[in-house]
Amino acid sequence: MDLTVSLFGIAREIVGQSSLTLTAPAGQSAAGLLAELRTAYPALASLRSLAVAVNNEYAAADVELHERDEIALIPPVSGG
Amino acid sequence: MFSPAERQRYRRHLQLAEIGEAGQLRLRQARVLVVGAGGLGCPVLQYLAAAGVGTLGLADADKVELTNLPRQILYGPDDVGQLKVEAAARALRRLNELNNYVLHPMRVSQANVRELVAQYDVVVDGSDNFPTRYLLNDACVSLGRPLVSGAIYKFEGQVSVFNYAGGPTYRCLFPEPPSAAEAPDCNTTGVLNVLPGLIGTVQATEALKVVLGLGDVLSGRLWLLDTLSFQTRTLRFRRDALQSQLNLDTANPADYIDASCTPAQVVACLSASELRQQLAAAEPPLLLDVRGPLEFQRRHLPGAVLLPLPELAARAAEVPRHRPVVVYCQSGVRSAKAVALLRGELGYDNVLSLRGGLEDYPG
Repeated sequence: MDLTVSLFGIAREIVGQSSLTLTAPAGQSAAGLLAELRTAYPALASLRSLAVAVNNEYAAADVELHERDEIALIPPVSGG
Repeated sequence: MFSPAERQRYRRHLQLAEIGEAGQLRLRQARVLVVGAGGLGCPVLQYLAAAGVGTLGLADADKVELTNLPRQILYGPDDVGQLKVEAAARALRRLNELNNYVLHPMRVSQANVRELVAQYDVVVDGSDNFPTRYLLNDACVSLGRPLVSGAIYKFEGQVSVFNYAGGPTYRCLFPEPPSAAEAPDCNTTGVLNVLPGLIGTVQATEALKVVLGLGDVLSGRLWLLDTLSFQTRTLRFRRDALQSQLNLDTANPADYIDASCTPAQVVACLSASELRQQLAAAEPPLLLDVRGPLEFQRRHLPGAVLLPLPELAARAAEVPRHRPVVVYCQSGVRSAKAVALLRGELGYDNVLSLRGGLEDYPG
């Protein structure tokens, strides 16, 4: 299945675009997606806190993803 | 009770059934602490002062710089070099002379945060670094205060209200404090000048709602704004049984260490007030000045030893290993490098860098 992921903050800088689409196995979990992205973009692995949102809900590691889910990677930002 | 002039001033609030005289009185009795009088703090302070929040605390150790002016709209060129809290209070008194402005010209730290937060009902976070954000979260959990949080990055902003009426905390959303390397601040990263205005006014809105008990507070939800795509989204999140318990007494104090002195390395620092305390103690640390001889001649701290940074590696044997050492320079950059060198290659473990250098240490 194809998953589209919106990127925010420094995650956007690392990937170089505001969203990306990737193919994932059926039943892929939020943690699995994150692991895959961290392999593809090693700089993402250095981000200790990176919230995964699925359909505007904070996703626990084991949340199962589906095609057409609205997925976002949200790191904390600190500017003031 | 309000005077006729106050009635007139706050008429548009008094006309709202949801606020009215009772609400306006709540605002007057409210005590709100704003941490950071920068890009976010300026609009927050402006609107809360104008709204008639009776006691506003301003906490910031910084002085106004020319680079602040495009987004920190309480300040003008005449304020450059002045303490932000003082310049802000002058502007706020012009805006609303009826409120009480309490100035805290200090960096919020583990040593002072409890006493500071305890004096207020609501805390608004407009700070510019992660250690302060985790520190304020944990203090608000310890003391049971709601935390109206806002943060910005280039063209994006985030707002949420943490620890409100049993709701989730900052740590429920972001359990792990980011490392220094992944935390660029506004001093090193650009920012669209109106962005803190947009985010700060949303924080002010939520702070008013919290004080007034109005509507649905942005608790358990993170509001995200991306100005470039003009997209907003609201992310729902829950209280985490473990993370929500972490407070000043139970969290790891390493989360509060400010590693922003150098962008690339984690450096141990202390603040000007912490140094003052140490110097007054029975066994004060050795002061090491790593600037040049001319700078040293112009001004140095009493008893300091001069060892210019370029010579440090060759003359490191002169730095004692069995006595605490505090390294300083003009603004904290060279001393951070010196401490990185001493703690890294040279294996010292009792060496700290004076954050902000002599510029933050009035003579």
